[in-house]
Amino acid sequence: MALEPYLRARRAHKDLLLMTHVVCGYPSFEDNWRALEVMAEFDVDLVELQFPFSEPSADGPLFARANQRAIERGVHTRDCFAFMARAAARFPFKLLMMGYYNTVFKMGEAAFIEQLAAAGGTGFIVPDLPVEEAGELHRLAAAADLDPVILMTPTNTDARLARLGQAARGFVYAVARKGVTGTKTAMDEGLVGFIERCRRATDLPLGIGFGVSSRDDIDFLRGRADIAIIGTAALSAWEHGGAPAMQEFFAELLGRTQARGA
Amino acid sequence: MSAPCVTAIPSMSLFDFAAGREGYYGAYGGCFLPEILTSTITELRDCFRACKADPAFWDEFVEVMRTYSGRPTPVTFLENLSNQLGGARIYVKREDLGHTGSHKINNVMGQGLVCKRLGKTRVIAETGAGQHGFATATMAARFGLKCKIYMGAVDVARQRPNVFWMENLGAEVMAVQDGQRTLKDAINECLRDWVTNMGDTHYVLGTACGPHPFPEMVSYFQSIIGIEARGQILAEAGKLPDRVYACVGGGSNAMGIFQGFLDDAGVELVGCEAGGFGPGSGGHASRLAYQDASLGVAQGYKTYFLQNDDGNMLETHSIAAGLDYIGVNPILVHLWDQGRVRFEAATDAEVRDALRLVMRTEGLIPALESTHAFVRAIAEAPAMGRDEVILINQSGRGDKDIFTVADAIDDQAWKAFIRAKAVDYGA
Repeated sequence: MALEPYLRARRAHKDLLLMTHVVCGYPSFEDNWRALEVMAEFDVDLVELQFPFSEPSADGPLFARANQRAIERGVHTRDCFAFMARAAARFPFKLLMMGYYNTVFKMGEAAFIEQLAAAGGTGFIVPDLPVEEAGELHRLAAAADLDPVILMTPTNTDARLARLGQAARGFVYAVARKGVTGTKTAMDEGLVGFIERCRRATDLPLGIGFGVSSRDDIDFLRGRADIAIIGTAALSAWEHGGAPAMQEFFAELLGRTQARGA
Repeated sequence: MSAPCVTAIPSMSLFDFAAGREGYYGAYGGCFLPEILTSTITELRDCFRACKADPAFWDEFVEVMRTYSGRPTPVTFLENLSNQLGGARIYVKREDLGHTGSHKINNVMGQGLVCKRLGKTRVIAETGAGQHGFATATMAARFGLKCKIYMGAVDVARQRPNVFWMENLGAEVMAVQDGQRTLKDAINECLRDWVTNMGDTHYVLGTACGPHPFPEMVSYFQSIIGIEARGQILAEAGKLPDRVYACVGGGSNAMGIFQGFLDDAGVELVGCEAGGFGPGSGGHASRLAYQDASLGVAQGYKTYFLQNDDGNMLETHSIAAGLDYIGVNPILVHLWDQGRVRFEAATDAEVRDALRLVMRTEGLIPALESTHAFVRAIAEAPAMGRDEVILINQSGRGDKDIFTVADAIDDQAWKAFIRAKAVDYGA
């Protein structure tokens, strides 16, 4: 199923969907697998698999270091696709490739789309590829039923948001604030206003990311956004204590009653 | 040539972009940034465009460079070296004589004027050798701007004198501990700062790389080198140079001097990259002269990068911190494609030898970066005729390199001095 109908179907009986993030090969693919099992326990709807890049300039310190360590451990693009294929066969949630454009460019856009489809991915998030440069990649993606997820940001003008809305497929990733991944975001009237501006620019489901890390954040987003995007906070929990710490993090984030089987 | 004559920018079709290809030079360049920076880069592009269209802006820039930095810098005939080599007559454009000791000041003062027009109150900059950071710190002090300099921890360790000056000029210097802890990592850290603080902050990118409009804007300010040099060499040598040599890290000093001669078909332009330990992955920073780089998109632009098959960047190495960079100016790649610029590399060992020769024969102390250009000129001059003329861009002065050079030539007296100083400081 394509991303948008999948999300709408899930949204019909959940008031807020959840997208999480894994840096491929960090700390190891075995750890990634165990993290995905935890995410499945908590009924996560969508997972970004980040393909490590040596110059992750849009990422904050935790993800930047994770990218670097994964590369030092010898993680290659082909390993990330192989991991995605295994995960797609095993888990109920949808998978997105997240990474920087050079990963796509170096393998060739057509080969990237072909391998992403073959690995069972649903789409991709490439934050350093502006829509002006994305025409051919988006055309190839459409032909392969893959969705390019577009970022909207608070510094964009309304005209720019409209332009981004036209290019977006699947859902829109709204960046809650300026800055890189991994620092706290104030959930306030400013964010509400930004969400309203995004809604006017797209009819697609809306995900909110950057700095979403607590139960209060989730409560704030419920009824305002369609998807809460959890990145750094979950990896931080994993670094503090592996699977048990991540389970504790999601239980606290969502309320235990939301965990499957709880 | 006196400063007030430096009024005309050559008509350069390079910057007349076709519709939908703004910021591209052939297949290279462009603007690849996270969406959060779209409005910031648009604002910068529009502001620069307005500055470029305003003749008073260029005049203001030239006046600032004359009164603050001592422009025009002279062209010096190296009579002793020319005689010793027995070939072409060698002249040097003396960017080492500008304030803070390198060509970096040209770009920095220009961007400072742009920053004032933007109404921003804080500047950030990356630096490798420290020359760009040093220059930015002086500009910030002069223009009353807050200033933070990002510098790889490896470079902080090998260019301590520049760190000393930056801090004493009031800048905050942040040692970057990520990645290879060199120039590229400092650029990543600047981008992270900029996506957070773009409201009041201008990113003074130090070389002619990165997203459009930086390659064009930095080349524009550095073109003052070539404009001056063309008139000066005609006056001093009585003819245009046969060959012009410049070192190429990011490529800003090379773009600066080359622009003076782009329309002179008889002038051969030679870019000199860091050959480090010689060809082969990881031991150098030569993107075009060696065969180890390939086309990629990183740090905001498309160019040749030293990268692996996954598109992850390779380790680089050079004796010169300022040349130790993974990518290269997209305009130079385009000119290389067209056969307009020839690329060569100079190894660390050749640089040490050339520096010794130039110091002893001419009393000049080129920066290790600039010495790469001397290496190629010295290698090629003997086979040229006495009626031929070489022009080298001495992009910076070498006294900042005292620790590196002292190590390279194993200077015992210097080491004894440092040991004595350490004792003084209670080590």
